[in-house]
Amino acid sequence: MTASKFLRAVLPVLLLAGCGGSAPSPSSAPGGGSSDGILIGHYGSMTGSEATFGQSTDNGIRLAIEEFNAAGGLSGRRIELKTYDTQGKSQEAGTAVTRLITDDKVVAVLGEVASSLSIAGGRVAQQFGVPMITPSSTNPAVTQIGDKVFRVCFLDSFQGRAAAQFARDHLKVSRAAILYDQGQAYSKGLKDFFKEAFVARGGTITTEQAYGGGDQDFSAQLTTIRATAPEVIYVPGYYTDAGNIALQVRKLGLKAPLLGGDGWDSTQLVAIGGEAIEGSYFTNHYSHQDQRPEVDNFVQRYRAKFGQVPDGLAALGYDAARLLFDAMARGKSLSGADLAAAIAATRDFPGVTGRITIDPNRDAQKSAVVVQVRGGVPVYVATVEP
Amino acid sequence: MTKLLQTLSDGLAVGSLYALIALGYTMVYGILQFINFAHSDVFVVGAWVSYTLALAFGLAGATSAPSPAAGFAILLGAMLACGALGFVIERFAYRPLRAAPRLNVLITAIGVSLFLQNVGQLPWMFGTQPQRMPSLLPDTTLFEAAGVRFGLVDLAGAATAVVLMLALEALIYRTRLGRAMRACAFDTRVAALMGIPVDRVISFTFVLGSMLAAAAGFLYAMKYPGLNQPAHATWVLLGLKAFVAAVVGGIGNVRGAMLGGVLIGLVEMFGAAYLSPHLRDIYVFSLLIVVLLVRPSGILGRATAEKV
Repeated sequence: MTASKFLRAVLPVLLLAGCGGSAPSPSSAPGGGSSDGILIGHYGSMTGSEATFGQSTDNGIRLAIEEFNAAGGLSGRRIELKTYDTQGKSQEAGTAVTRLITDDKVVAVLGEVASSLSIAGGRVAQQFGVPMITPSSTNPAVTQIGDKVFRVCFLDSFQGRAAAQFARDHLKVSRAAILYDQGQAYSKGLKDFFKEAFVARGGTITTEQAYGGGDQDFSAQLTTIRATAPEVIYVPGYYTDAGNIALQVRKLGLKAPLLGGDGWDSTQLVAIGGEAIEGSYFTNHYSHQDQRPEVDNFVQRYRAKFGQVPDGLAALGYDAARLLFDAMARGKSLSGADLAAAIAATRDFPGVTGRITIDPNRDAQKSAVVVQVRGGVPVYVATVEP
Repeated sequence: MTKLLQTLSDGLAVGSLYALIALGYTMVYGILQFINFAHSDVFVVGAWVSYTLALAFGLAGATSAPSPAAGFAILLGAMLACGALGFVIERFAYRPLRAAPRLNVLITAIGVSLFLQNVGQLPWMFGTQPQRMPSLLPDTTLFEAAGVRFGLVDLAGAATAVVLMLALEALIYRTRLGRAMRACAFDTRVAALMGIPVDRVISFTFVLGSMLAAAAGFLYAMKYPGLNQPAHATWVLLGLKAFVAAVVGGIGNVRGAMLGGVLIGLVEMFGAAYLSPHLRDIYVFSLLIVVLLVRPSGILGRATAEKV
């Protein structure tokens, strides 16, 4: 009783404090940017457990803007960026997009990484008729919101199938256990598609266990998983949890490799998982070891500007921004309807993460890569075609 | 059998951490009759100071060699830092409100809690990235029974918790200071009339509770090396469960807090293992409701023991 009272008393305060804590990143003039500039918005988890997601994406977008402006901008008009922090919270995502559209009057919105947050933000963008491109939200429901919401990454349906295909054909395993995050649409989606495809290919799911994002103790789930003797454990969650899970998997003496999704793509995965995450696989949007010139150029410029190897989220942020600029140049005007129509008409756009064609469902049709953590870095293993 | 033993050992390990945190809640409540909601944040600070000290000792990264001596120094350092923090919190946030209505103090406690969370997130404090606590003990297996591994790390953690709790018991029941604490808990005003320096005793209670919370934070970071960022919701829930432990055991009662902590740990782990892992928080709060219905003053409520 006291506890629930406490929760009721504290939660609003926590939320308020959260609002106060979200620091908008510096931008030029308030309102619609400087007189001749074009303002676009980005909302992402710049702080919080998934902070590398937001930061990488923002870096990618900034690099794209810098290059586009250096090349003359949109017929001489500079692109400017306004970024709001969502702290990885759905309620913040809605607020951030509302602020971007109503206060800052952006012409388009980029974000979020997490599907749950893109769904929250996408509803707002759709309502105001401002186009939104999510760089890396892979849940199908995101673009089903309406005709103004797009994505430049593949879908969970494909990613889950790709993981199952890789496990069956490449790892040649037939018994898989699943440990997924019950609070994330992303994780649940991947779990469902993996299961379906794995079983369809003749595999068996030994057990399906859930956890809550941020949980520290997975011993109950892992003890159950250990009892079913799987050959691979599919963990379609985010990197913090995946790192923690890997530590406890090895501590319990489980030898099966872990298999994850693009939510693992962060340097913090290895920082936390350490030696326990070694040898694990995950599906991803691109590998920085890819030999294509687009990738090579991007990796070099990114490294020069930010001093690190870009992860998949940085590449997707970069692609999302460039695809938007391409559509701005082709569109009749910068009004929401015209811009959305131009984005929808994108065909064979040469992105760092592959050639991007927007299909009638506003999704991107692309391939996936599988990487393995070796010596602390993700190493390219295979490409899975749709 | 494997599952039963595994669950039992996990439950006791987590339970002893809850117990350590619950002691701070219960001691402060015993004397001042208010819930120090900033207590769980002191625990978080304890975990993060441990991590920061480990970095300062040059133990960063998953590859560095474990160092038990450094581990002891880190534990001590975290306890001292949090003891000082507890002193400051009491001196500047609560003491000025000693005569104010209890609701004001409660609101202040929530304010202190939010202050600590937000300061903890600042780049020059702990930042917002989750981090890996380096391992300070070699990860050797002491013995294995029915497929369950009992490692050095687990044992050291449990032993530290038990030693600290025994030390606290001795302090409360065997020393003059402990007697003064018990007197203050019995009636602060009469204790003052008898010449007990009440302010100093209260200060000491906060310092003591905060040091135990720091030790719990250290042990937590050892057991779960992937540390969530300081303001993560997981920490709030953890502190809440420790608070539930204090209430279940009988708030104001030191032994009750220990019992409640272990009980909560066991209920959580057995529920997670045998019913459903993603409802683990529900078992804890259901236990709270049952205890409040059946025995509102907690299992070891005031009828059986003095409150401290």
